[in-house]
Amino acid sequence: MSVPLGYYLVLGAVLFAIGLCGALTRKNAISVLMSIEIMFNAAILNFVVFWYYLHNGALTGQMFALFAIAVAAAESAVGLALVIAVYRHYKGVNVDEMRSLKG
Amino acid sequence: MNELVKQQWLIPFFPLVAAAVQSLLPRGARKLSAGICLTAMGASCLLALRAFIGTLGHHETGRAVWNFTWFDYGTTQLQLGFILDPLTAAMALMVAFVGFWIFVNATGYMHEDENFTRFFCFMSLFAAAMLGLVVANNLLLLFICWELVGLCSYLLIGFWYFKPSAAAAMKKAFITTRIGDIGFFLGLLMLYWQAGTLNLYDSGNGALEQAGKLAGMPGWFGWSMATTIAVLLFLGAMGKSAQFPLHVWLPDAMEGPTPVSALIHAATMVAAGVFMVGRMFTLFAADASGLALNIVMWVGCFTALFSATIAVAQFDIKRVLAYSTCSQLGFMMMALGAGGLVPGQFHLLAHAFFKALLFLGSGCVIIGTHHEQDMRRMGGLKKYMPITFWCYLIGMLALAGVPPFAGFFSKDEVLLVTFQRSKLAWGLATFAAFLTAFYMTRQMFMVFAGKWRGHHEPHEVRWNMWLPVAVLSAFAIGLGFFGGKYGHFLGLHEEGHDGKWLVMGLSVAVGAVGIVLGWLVYGRKAMEHAEEPDPLAAKLGVLFTWLNRKWYVDEFYDATVIRATMLLGELWRAFDKRVIDGILHGIAWTAWGVSQVVRWVGDEFLINGGFDAGCESVRLSGRELAKLQGGRIQGYLRVLCLGAVILLVIWYLK
Repeated sequence: MSVPLGYYLVLGAVLFAIGLCGALTRKNAISVLMSIEIMFNAAILNFVVFWYYLHNGALTGQMFALFAIAVAAAESAVGLALVIAVYRHYKGVNVDEMRSLKG
Repeated sequence: MNELVKQQWLIPFFPLVAAAVQSLLPRGARKLSAGICLTAMGASCLLALRAFIGTLGHHETGRAVWNFTWFDYGTTQLQLGFILDPLTAAMALMVAFVGFWIFVNATGYMHEDENFTRFFCFMSLFAAAMLGLVVANNLLLLFICWELVGLCSYLLIGFWYFKPSAAAAMKKAFITTRIGDIGFFLGLLMLYWQAGTLNLYDSGNGALEQAGKLAGMPGWFGWSMATTIAVLLFLGAMGKSAQFPLHVWLPDAMEGPTPVSALIHAATMVAAGVFMVGRMFTLFAADASGLALNIVMWVGCFTALFSATIAVAQFDIKRVLAYSTCSQLGFMMMALGAGGLVPGQFHLLAHAFFKALLFLGSGCVIIGTHHEQDMRRMGGLKKYMPITFWCYLIGMLALAGVPPFAGFFSKDEVLLVTFQRSKLAWGLATFAAFLTAFYMTRQMFMVFAGKWRGHHEPHEVRWNMWLPVAVLSAFAIGLGFFGGKYGHFLGLHEEGHDGKWLVMGLSVAVGAVGIVLGWLVYGRKAMEHAEEPDPLAAKLGVLFTWLNRKWYVDEFYDATVIRATMLLGELWRAFDKRVIDGILHGIAWTAWGVSQVVRWVGDEFLINGGFDAGCESVRLSGRELAKLQGGRIQGYLRVLCLGAVILLVIWYLK
């Protein structure tokens, strides 16, 4: 009980910001994917912390965190598969070169 | 009888169902098709027999009718109805019975045809329509069936439509009978207009029961209304029963398969005209002047003689029979016109049997000689086809009016009733009877006597072809003895026997003379080669050519009616092209000119200009906005985050 709730929230916010920063700036698609994972983890950390401080006793937060981890794993698998498909198509993983999604 | 009449509709119903089923059968289902067809006809035949037996005991009470409402329009009803009286009962039995045996024969004749099921479908439809015509107690129903049999005749004459001659014959038959049918239709409309109903008998309100009233009303040409309607109806009968001058289609109808010729163009459909006149006899006889009957008699008499002369000089085995049919139909009409309903109808029944027999026999000959129809290339078939020969001989003797065959009795009555009405008509008809005996003898000798003049050896046909011929020949022998009973059956007792023995003696004598003369010309010295000229041609000279070319009636029609119709068509075409099209084009060009002005001033300048400007501004703004969507996924994410931050700030500040 020594570490207050705010510390954790700040950690989560910092993690999220780092992830967002990576996702917005990195040119390598795999790095972008990794940054998104960091943002995920920030969100999961918030789940666990809020559960621990506010709803301790019920298993809801833990369950939600576990689900989120499983979903994140599936998401990264799909993401990697997409990256491979993109690599085959564009002969590279530079996100700047993937510009066909435009009007 | 009142119960039986409610089942009259079943008689045409069975063949109708058979036709419907067969129209769906695949081509290969030959046995099934023939089976369905024969079963349906057999059922109809049994029903007709039951109706006939039911009528036998009650002929004194006359008739039973059953009318029902087809549909209402406004306050009036359109009714249809069925009838059961001796006239119908005998005719329906004949049609169903003869039809059944012709169907049996057709299974043999059409054995090798690949469109076997189509043939039987049409034949069933024909049988249904013909039986419907016979049992109808309503002129509208009769007319519907009348047109349906015409349609079936058209389809079956052109059954081998790939032959140009068959295709031409089917059109000729349809159009020629249609000319008569216009008269029929006008008569029907006038009858409805004047009598208010088309039911023939309707417990006192039927059209025929008002015949006396119609006879008192004025019609066209100073005739009474009854005479006018009767003459119009008779026009239809002239077309259907091939009476001069509308007879030209019947000989050409021989292009169809021979069972069709037997069923439709000899036994039943062509007799429909005679039957209709018999059915409407009350109307024909209503007027005391007897004008309608006189017209019927003289048209019949002339046709009887005219066609008989043509039959003398034909070489196609079926064409001889076709002209003979025309001639015999003339006899029937003549008898009806002379006031003899019983002789006319009885000759119809007897003729149906022996003419169907002759046609089926000629079908056997055609199959037996490998599709040869020219009598000059036949000969000596007695040796090769004994069964067919004997049956054919019976038919020939019946047609020639030799006692005691059926044709003798019926023709004798026809001549007798004509004798009592008009000596001149009787004389002409007796001469026609002489010609009948002569040309049938000629045909017998050419086909069956002498030696074989064709190419391939002929052979006897299979049982399913000769059996119907044999059955019909039994009737050709025996039916004549029921002539007196038939008159009693119809509830009519013919008056007067003046000249009975004179007429009968002369009729037998001319028959005998005809046969002997035929033997002298054709029998004594048989033809040796197919190319030999006809012995009669030398004696008659140019007259023979005229007879052979059928008095040039077809050529006459070609030169007059058809040429005139074509010219009129050309004229109207020119009128259409020049005048009507000119006016239409003028209007079109004017409208086009006006529209051009409107287009340049109003449309192009104002409306299009406005729309174009609007469209251009939309397109420009779109092009600008599209730049935002650059396709960089991180750019989108950046905007998204920015948006989220702005929302957060707004929320926080609030």
